[in-house]
Amino acid sequence: MARRYSALALVREGITGHKGWVRAWEAPEPRRRYDVLVIGGGGHGLATAYYLARTHGITNVAVIERGWLGGGNTGRNTTAIRSNYFYPESAALYDLGLRLYEGLSRELNYNLMVSQRGNLQLAHSLHDVDMGARLVNAMQINGIDARWLGPEEVHSLVPILNRGPAARYRVHGGIFQPRGATARHDAVAWGYARAASRLGVHILQGCAVQDILIEGGRCVGVRTPLGEIRAERVGMAVAGASPALAAMAGFRLPISSYTLQACVSEPVKPVLNTTLISPPLGTYVSQSGKGEIVIGGALDRMPSYAQRGNLPVLSQVLSGLLEMFPDFRQLRLMRQWGGTVDVTPDSSPILGPSPLPGLFLNCGWGTGGFKAIPAGGTLLAHLLAHGSHHPISRPFDLDRFTTGRLIDEGAAAGIAH
Amino acid sequence: MQSFPCPFCGPRPETEFRHDGEAGKLRPALSCTDTEWSLYLRARTAARGPSREIWTHLPCMETFVLQRDTLSHRVGEVAP
Repeated sequence: MARRYSALALVREGITGHKGWVRAWEAPEPRRRYDVLVIGGGGHGLATAYYLARTHGITNVAVIERGWLGGGNTGRNTTAIRSNYFYPESAALYDLGLRLYEGLSRELNYNLMVSQRGNLQLAHSLHDVDMGARLVNAMQINGIDARWLGPEEVHSLVPILNRGPAARYRVHGGIFQPRGATARHDAVAWGYARAASRLGVHILQGCAVQDILIEGGRCVGVRTPLGEIRAERVGMAVAGASPALAAMAGFRLPISSYTLQACVSEPVKPVLNTTLISPPLGTYVSQSGKGEIVIGGALDRMPSYAQRGNLPVLSQVLSGLLEMFPDFRQLRLMRQWGGTVDVTPDSSPILGPSPLPGLFLNCGWGTGGFKAIPAGGTLLAHLLAHGSHHPISRPFDLDRFTTGRLIDEGAAAGIAH
Repeated sequence: MQSFPCPFCGPRPETEFRHDGEAGKLRPALSCTDTEWSLYLRARTAARGPSREIWTHLPCMETFVLQRDTLSHRVGEVAP
């Protein structure tokens, strides 16, 4: 029985005909009652279940998922991991995610293909240079690795970047975070699912929430096609579906759901060894381990749950990409898709108790949830285990929209939406 | 490219329009609590399916209410 993945197990199974592999996670019959129920089998939900079992010793836990594991935004993003934010609260949150990612493959015994190739954010004007220097300073004060690169350094790091006299968007420099990374997104969901299942967590796929059970003003579970499932505490990590789930629970959230689209080209030889973002052009690009050019960009311009992108934004993103990388004109696109992202007014996530006692929130990550999966899981697990905040999640409570103490990364770190 | 209806100019390309929020929100009295004010400012229904929205046609600056489906992207009735 090959329960643990290793080179030795691979050789042994290769010799014996690959008959000894076991299911990566179990498909159990649901119990009627759990200590903790997590709604949403994406990265954040599965990570929450894993940390509940591993860190807090709570193993009577179920994760319920409407579709399949990692089929939402976990499997639809462009896999950039970074912590280049402005405010100390955000730096603490996103760097927790990045630090946990650094050791996660070993911890989960699952190859997440975390590749720390650095993240580069380009400056195309003198205003961008001023704002970039300010962000580099803020990051360094927050203890995050950050360097300002001049135009020559940027061009030597990314030689295929357009720099001829005809280049429309000249590069004046860039913010570089050397620890910035990419990872294999499916593996993050599967790795957490496998590790959580080993610790006794129930993972229930194809199980949609039909209603939230409320008794005595408290959330006591959910109704599903598999019957009622009750729990002491319930956590939700459902991204774009958060407003609908909140409506079932009888409250409203400061969240709008938009489509964020992405696409990949056919695989080519290595040409780009960093994750590159150009905020003014609204373009995000990296090269996957297989050689595909992975392209993402700005939000679509209207609220949507369609999980497919509209043409105007795709056309704008690709125009920006081809202006920066004229060599990419000959590439053919293989796939294009969209995910439904949950955007808050200050572009920061919401973590904490909901207005309904017994129900806890992990939502509002907008376009940046993937990088924070280990952090979101750690913090929601803490909330579900203790009923109260971890110091890192406290500033991200829903109450900031009433007190006015927003963490406006939309303005501060130049998130385009 | 999708066509959106402007009550003044007729059907025009979607890129000429700006989404301005959900229709039907009423401002509470100034004596309301901080929570009520925060809900008015920031909370969204974010309907999945039929939705009533405020849009502006930027070339003529006509602002109007549009019925739109957030799942199928179909646009329906328009009212000034």
